[in-house]
Amino acid sequence: MKSLKELEEIRQRALESVNLRKERNGTRVVVGMGTCGIAAGARPVLLAFLEEVKKRNLQDVIVTQTGCIGVCRLEPMAEVYRPGEEKVTYVKLTPEKVRRIVAEHIVNGRPVTEFTIGAADKQ
Amino acid sequence: MEDISLYILDLVQNSIAAAATLIEVSVIEDVQNDKLILSIKDNGQGMDSQTVKKVTDPFYTTRTTRKVGLGLALVEAAAQACGGGVYIFSQPGKGTEVKVEFKYNHIDRPPVGKIDETVAALVACNPSIDFVYTHITPVGRLRFDSREVRQRIGDLRIDHPEVVEWIREYIREGIDEISGGGGV
Repeated sequence: MKSLKELEEIRQRALESVNLRKERNGTRVVVGMGTCGIAAGARPVLLAFLEEVKKRNLQDVIVTQTGCIGVCRLEPMAEVYRPGEEKVTYVKLTPEKVRRIVAEHIVNGRPVTEFTIGAADKQ
Repeated sequence: MEDISLYILDLVQNSIAAAATLIEVSVIEDVQNDKLILSIKDNGQGMDSQTVKKVTDPFYTTRTTRKVGLGLALVEAAAQACGGGVYIFSQPGKGTEVKVEFKYNHIDRPPVGKIDETVAALVACNPSIDFVYTHITPVGRLRFDSREVRQRIGDLRIDHPEVVEWIREYIREGIDEISGGGGV
């Protein structure tokens, strides 16, 4: 059984590795969590983003949520904001697609064009 | 929605939109009385009685971007299909409680689902809101309170990936234990 004591160990470990005063002004990932998004599978998508961020120890990436983005038929959707770049909207996401987006776009800076809303509209 | 944990994720969005700072969710598996009761209680802005009457109508929403709001309408349909219903108690300035009842053994009653994923997602995305989750079964009781977590982690953020992972495992293990091993 997990104990609250473990949290203190996590805190110790984290404090040694993170500069807590550092402003987090890096990449922001916003997942649509309206009724439409949740029904279409936004939760596993959000968790996949969180897992990748944890696995890769990406300290300047924030994953957060918003309501219905407005194109319910293309859910689950997420928007990726990188400082100084235009927002990229990804549609019809799955945890597999998320792993590619994190590797190629968030880490390496190349948006995965085939998963974007622009590509979906052309279909 | 496939299961109750997804309804929770959806209904809590209403509490977040109502600017709640504390959201208490509970699932009570009252097998003896053939009831599964879900409750979501917040300290958000609340609603007047006129509004409460309208909120399960899919064509009522406070959003200005479009004219439908399906969250409460969906859960009400699901509950009514299982011999239950939705009951809303709200007071402007105080908060809202949404209570959803299902017949526990009804064939269409959605499974509980992955509560650990719902709570982890909520905490990770809303680090400034406190969440309490209580789950009661005939076997026992699980209680999670993000305020207790905050006390232990001090100046570390509650949305730190390792803390979120701990929360997820704490809830998963806790529910496993009171479910007698079998999934619900």
